Amino acid sequence: MCRLLPACLAFSAVVSGLSLSVVSAAEVPLGLPPLPVPANNPQTDAKVELGDKLFHDARFSTTGEVSCSTCHDANKAFTDNLKVSKGINNLTGTRNAPTVINAAYMETQFWDGREPDLERQSTQPFINPVEMGLADHQPIIDVVQKDPEYQAMFKQVFGIAPDKISMTEVTQAIAAFERTLLSGNSAFDRYYFGGDKTAMSEQQVRGLDVFIGDGRCVSCHTIEETQALFTDSRFHNLGVGFKRIRDSVNETAAQFVMSKQQGADVDVAVLTKANMSELGRFAVSEDVTEVGAFKTPTLRNVELTQPYMHDGSLETLEDVVDFYNNGGREQPDDPIDDFQSGGIRPLDLTDQQKADLVAFLKALTSPEYTHLAKSQD
Amino acid sequence: MSKRMNRREFLTRGGAVLAASTLPLSLVEVAFGKTDERNFTFAFISDSHITHIRGNEFVRNWDRGLVRAIAETNLLSPKPDFIMYGGDIAQLGKPEEIDHGLELLSKLNGDVHYVMGEHDYYLDLGEYWEKQLGPQWYSFDHKGVHFIVLNSILTYDDWMHKKWDSGMARMLQMARLDNPQGSPFMVGETQRQWLKDDLAKVSHDTPVVVFSHSPLQKIYKGWNFWTEDADDVQALLKPFSKVTVFYGHVHQIQYNQVDNMSFHAAMATAWPWPYPQSYAQAKSYMPKLTVQMNRADPFFERDATGWQFIDMDTGDAAMKYNLYDNQNRTVAYNDASGKPEDQRYQAAENRIPPQDHY
Repeated sequence: MCRLLPACLAFSAVVSGLSLSVVSAAEVPLGLPPLPVPANNPQTDAKVELGDKLFHDARFSTTGEVSCSTCHDANKAFTDNLKVSKGINNLTGTRNAPTVINAAYMETQFWDGREPDLERQSTQPFINPVEMGLADHQPIIDVVQKDPEYQAMFKQVFGIAPDKISMTEVTQAIAAFERTLLSGNSAFDRYYFGGDKTAMSEQQVRGLDVFIGDGRCVSCHTIEETQALFTDSRFHNLGVGFKRIRDSVNETAAQFVMSKQQGADVDVAVLTKANMSELGRFAVSEDVTEVGAFKTPTLRNVELTQPYMHDGSLETLEDVVDFYNNGGREQPDDPIDDFQSGGIRPLDLTDQQKADLVAFLKALTSPEYTHLAKSQD
Repeated sequence: MSKRMNRREFLTRGGAVLAASTLPLSLVEVAFGKTDERNFTFAFISDSHITHIRGNEFVRNWDRGLVRAIAETNLLSPKPDFIMYGGDIAQLGKPEEIDHGLELLSKLNGDVHYVMGEHDYYLDLGEYWEKQLGPQWYSFDHKGVHFIVLNSILTYDDWMHKKWDSGMARMLQMARLDNPQGSPFMVGETQRQWLKDDLAKVSHDTPVVVFSHSPLQKIYKGWNFWTEDADDVQALLKPFSKVTVFYGHVHQIQYNQVDNMSFHAAMATAWPWPYPQSYAQAKSYMPKLTVQMNRADPFFERDATGWQFIDMDTGDAAMKYNLYDNQNRTVAYNDASGKPEDQRYQAAENRIPPQDHY
């Protein structure tokens, strides 16, 4: 009885409105699907190099101390291991930094999917008051237009004079760099797609069974026939963090909608206002079925990307497994969020099953990051 | 055999919309004119089938479906004037089930009007429901619209009173589909006489809205998507210029136009029904499937369930279906064709092909 279904296609969104070329499956690591690349932003080595430089440039923040890589650190599996990220002057937002590894495959970007693709995603943190803090994108344009190194690189990549460099080229280069951060070929991939039955330990094999069966994880963290992204690209309300607005959800939603109608910026509102952050996907869609719903994250390299959930409220994989086992609650007797997705329910896993599941999740670490793992299973 | 679309096909398949269709956080109005002070809105929840297991345990999934619909209804702004509940609060009519359902429903911010469903009725012939909620059929007026609530799930007296040795035996029979021992639903003569008297006081240009649990039209007898005296009830409604009938029971989107009467079915908060197969004890008129709903995804407990809110433009209804893990739908009256039509999918080329990868 195989229960590994492809992520639901009928309602899925195309990664961007543009036509896409595809880096074929043969060129990506084992266990990953072909890479979608926008036709208007093809991958080139020089562009990737430029994007790499931009990604690590702290001059694009008001303090000159924060870059993309501050919260998406290569030495921390492209996240920051903080509960919620720190921007300029140690200001904190409301959300846990998702890893950029395999973000190229995500059908929407951010926890609430408020941007459709990597190009659009990268425009936001620069001008968020608790991230890089710029009032607008002009300081970035000023830097890249005047810096001789950038001048030469933009000329080489896009064939444009310095005064023609705009945020379009900046974000295209950053996205091209991010599209190289692909990681598969984990123990799971070698076991499941590569046919190497010794790649996972016996406990991890048992854990895969829990993942697919009693744990119900695969319902949202999908595994397909030839590849696995461990996300259905949908939005679900698990009950995480919802207690913050349990008694004020109607006011919070009404307030949010009103301020959005008056021109408030969604990106700023959800990162600076704890209550509004908890509205999740609703903040984007204003659809009442998406109150408190957040995007299913990939589970690849999950061993390295603690703490977990959109608000970083769960510290360890064990905590996460307990949370799901309690039906979307930290404690078994906590109240349940009225808006909770139907798929979340108490699981009654045994201690052995829970331990096996955690062991399996550690089989999702890719070789290039295993040196960052605390435990070597 | 499952047929899968690979990612390339999927990514190059044009026309996919990025955002899920949005439900504006507002109700459209029963409109008598753009600025008429009588404009109002209401919400419609149905078929929660709260099921008692033992002690204080209930089937969690059905509980959660209702809880979620209530929470979402409370988010609507501006607030609906009232909420209609379309029947089948309970699964087997047990007081525990009705009480538990009503306890959940008590969280709704606003007045709720209830319709009797067969699952509420056949254990004790509606006694406990009536004790908690009042009359099984009644009418009320609201801002220029005449609302009528019928109990359409009655049946022959002999079947109800003489055929079964216990209430639970009777209930279990009526809870089944395709049951040769079953009996067709009907409004019955007593209620039809009451309806006639009630309608006698209403001018023919008043918009009339009727709520019943079963469809007041003959769709499929084997599943009681059927009301035996539907023709007689319809005849009483014929003289009015605009009649809209809302019903539950079928757990799926249905819409139809018969003369001056528009029919709309409500989704269930509990589970979806597929379209019935043509097993029939008697001649039936199978619903013509015009817009295929995507098959419910078994991984999503709420897929193909939902609730709805209603916009009645000059007495014509638009059902706005609030659906989970699916595209929200609106079925609205089309003046040009004189019947309700799906706002997005009526045209064949706009339809979502049914999933075939399960």
